[in-house]
Amino acid sequence: MSSIGTGYDLSASQFSPDGRVFQVEYAMKAVENSGTVLGLKGSDGIILAAEKLILSKLHEPGTNQRIFNIDKHIGMAFSGLIADARQVVQIARREAADYRQQYGVSIPLKYLNDRVSMYMHAYTLYSAIRPYGCSVILASYEDGEPTMYTIDPSGVSYGYHGCATGKAKQAAKTEIEKLKVSQLPCRELAKEAAKIIYLVHDELKDKNFELELSWVCKESNGLHQKVPDNVYQEAERAAKQAMEADSESDTDDL
Amino acid sequence: MFSAPPFWENGPAPGNFYNFPNLQPQVQQPQDFRQHSQSPVTTSTSLVGITYDKGILVAGDLLASYGSLARYRNCPRIVKINENIILGASGDYADFQYVKDFVEQKVISEECLDDGLALKPKSLYCWLTRILYNRRSKMDPLWNNFIVAGIQDGQPFLGTVDKHGTAYADKVICTGYGAHIATPLLRDSLDKNPQLNLAEAKALIEKCLEVLYYRDARSYPKYQLGIIDVEQGVSIEGPLEVPQKWEIAYHSKRF
Repeated sequence: MSSIGTGYDLSASQFSPDGRVFQVEYAMKAVENSGTVLGLKGSDGIILAAEKLILSKLHEPGTNQRIFNIDKHIGMAFSGLIADARQVVQIARREAADYRQQYGVSIPLKYLNDRVSMYMHAYTLYSAIRPYGCSVILASYEDGEPTMYTIDPSGVSYGYHGCATGKAKQAAKTEIEKLKVSQLPCRELAKEAAKIIYLVHDELKDKNFELELSWVCKESNGLHQKVPDNVYQEAERAAKQAMEADSESDTDDL
Repeated sequence: MFSAPPFWENGPAPGNFYNFPNLQPQVQQPQDFRQHSQSPVTTSTSLVGITYDKGILVAGDLLASYGSLARYRNCPRIVKINENIILGASGDYADFQYVKDFVEQKVISEECLDDGLALKPKSLYCWLTRILYNRRSKMDPLWNNFIVAGIQDGQPFLGTVDKHGTAYADKVICTGYGAHIATPLLRDSLDKNPQLNLAEAKALIEKCLEVLYYRDARSYPKYQLGIIDVEQGVSIEGPLEVPQKWEIAYHSKRF
């Protein structure tokens, strides 16, 4: 960020001489400050997982959720500023409701993704407003077809088999690449997702975190919902075991 | 000064229709288009609802009439709203579809909140009274009689709202012609046996629909039966058939 202070970062409506929009890049930085979120698209659905950093011990468990329902069949996970994300959630819900009212069927994720990404992109065009400080992952399971997109603060969106945003997105992506995600069923992916979240969690910087897991898959009848308790516990156990095995092998090396 | 005679005397101006002399238009064009909604168009007839010991039955036929024409013969009008509510409607079918759509959207929106709470029958009943009362106050009513049946706090709830927003809850509720023909039958049975079981209630409902089918010219023998049970939850059965015996017509001297 060599150009800081040159005056080109004051507005989202102005390019810098080397063709960048700094406000958007700063928004990406805001995303990188929050807990890791990932989505895995398996053979029979999608798993969303979030590392919810607990900023205060006084918070009740389950507050400030990182994964939301948008419609019956669509889930959204975000990383970044929670207040910004809630607004994105709200407009996504409204778009889904509008689509259902007009066409009488639930919105295909392709269209919802288009609408939400155009909305987020519009916030990168004007000097009076700032871009959204959050990236979102949208996931759905429609007619046996899992679909997943992420949208960045810039408004670009891509479809993914496996994706991650937030603090440890690089480490998480490397881990995801080691898996054959599209061949695994959701129950397996729930464990893998939990393992990755536990693995990339930085205990030195952030002490406590809560794991959030949701899925939209064949087993949930195409509905997006939190994973059932038994799946959650199984996943958490697998993750903790993997962490222990990991730390044992580390000490062996020493 | 010379000028050409009128090209077409008494004729219509270009783009207009010719008005024949001494011929008043037969049909008055509506001036206020809002008046359209002050009468129903495609209508469905009675609904019959009764509380039994562990739940509620609501039945209604599948006909949507266009005036006296039996226009559409497969129009379900008893729907499941969630795991503890069923909604039935008689009256204008389009208005019912409109209400159904926004009730369903409300259920989805509330599900999205993921707080473990679901819409309750008494809440839906109250909400519908507000909507219908609001619309009648705008002189633009939704032309329906709704029946809300559900289980709340382990107890069956049966309520109705009409197009004015008038509402009441009772153990027996019928709409349309059923209010005149079936309610007395149901109340009578309930007086004699206040704790009906499911089978008795079903038989009673079937009897009412049979009577209604003979008496109500806008009724139809194919019907749906919505059941909401404290233990079994919601189910909507149908299409079922009203038993018909037309031989008895010969015994009636009035026809």
